[in-house]
Amino acid sequence: MSFYVILEAIISLLLIAGGAFAFIGSLGMAHLRDFYMRLHGPTKATTMGIGCTLVASMLYFGIADSEPVVQEILIALFLFITAPVSAHLLAKTGLHLQLKYVDKTRGHPVELQEEEVGQTPVPHGSPPDRGPITLDKRPPSQ
Amino acid sequence: MIRSRSWLPIPMLSLLLLVVWLLLVRSLAFGQFLLGGALAIAIPLLTYRFWDVQPSVKRPGLLLRYVLRVLGDIVVANFQVAWLILNPRQRSRPHFVEYPLMLEERFTITLLASTVSLTPGTVSANLRMDGRTLLIHALDVEDDEALIEQIRERYERPLKEIYEC
Repeated sequence: MSFYVILEAIISLLLIAGGAFAFIGSLGMAHLRDFYMRLHGPTKATTMGIGCTLVASMLYFGIADSEPVVQEILIALFLFITAPVSAHLLAKTGLHLQLKYVDKTRGHPVELQEEEVGQTPVPHGSPPDRGPITLDKRPPSQ
Repeated sequence: MIRSRSWLPIPMLSLLLLVVWLLLVRSLAFGQFLLGGALAIAIPLLTYRFWDVQPSVKRPGLLLRYVLRVLGDIVVANFQVAWLILNPRQRSRPHFVEYPLMLEERFTITLLASTVSLTPGTVSANLRMDGRTLLIHALDVEDDEALIEQIRERYERPLKEIYEC
């Protein structure tokens, strides 16, 4: 077997693995039960999926064009910087809106406790649905 | 925040911007140098108010080892999360964990929070205003003490050695 056949096999495997990981990450968005768990899919599996695709691209263009490849490294760098930050902001927004989470979740962060906003204390577990956010409510007189 | 009135408030950022621009356009033409140089001067001037002073890297060797370790952990994390998503029995045990921070500088805390988000089964959710605890959401955790200990030994202590000691 020649060198190029093996190289093609490796590149194909990487592309398939990348596609599979990206798909699993997206599946997690639909499949997992609550907002905080859904965050895990796109931050990790998608990063890996794009990583595999980028490595395949580096191999292909690095050897086919025999040029140094830098753009893929830059893309990976930007991805690794931005993915955690966006996940953190999404999680923070979720906490701020006090989104519901599944009952089996352990730990009860202060951000999700109703006492914080001066209402009656809730028992340990998932907080009750608070209905629409108060900002959206119009005064009844108008 | 960086206080400066010079043309190049953050020289390293300017250099980085120029290099990244040239790498992105994949050209060393004079015009690209001019455009990249203009961006490298304009962007720091517009954004230096938002920048924190970054602590210097005290032990570059350790930083390299840290980066390699995080890359390895990202691969492991992906297989774990993929398995949790595909597992039909859904045996995940989600958990909100309060992580008491040992780090003090904001930049290193940011690095730690990003690392936590990228590595096995955890997403950093909130940094408390006082900068003392980090709220972490974990996807599948048996024992929160063990998780805290793992993050402490694997990521926080090296970061502290690299930047703060």
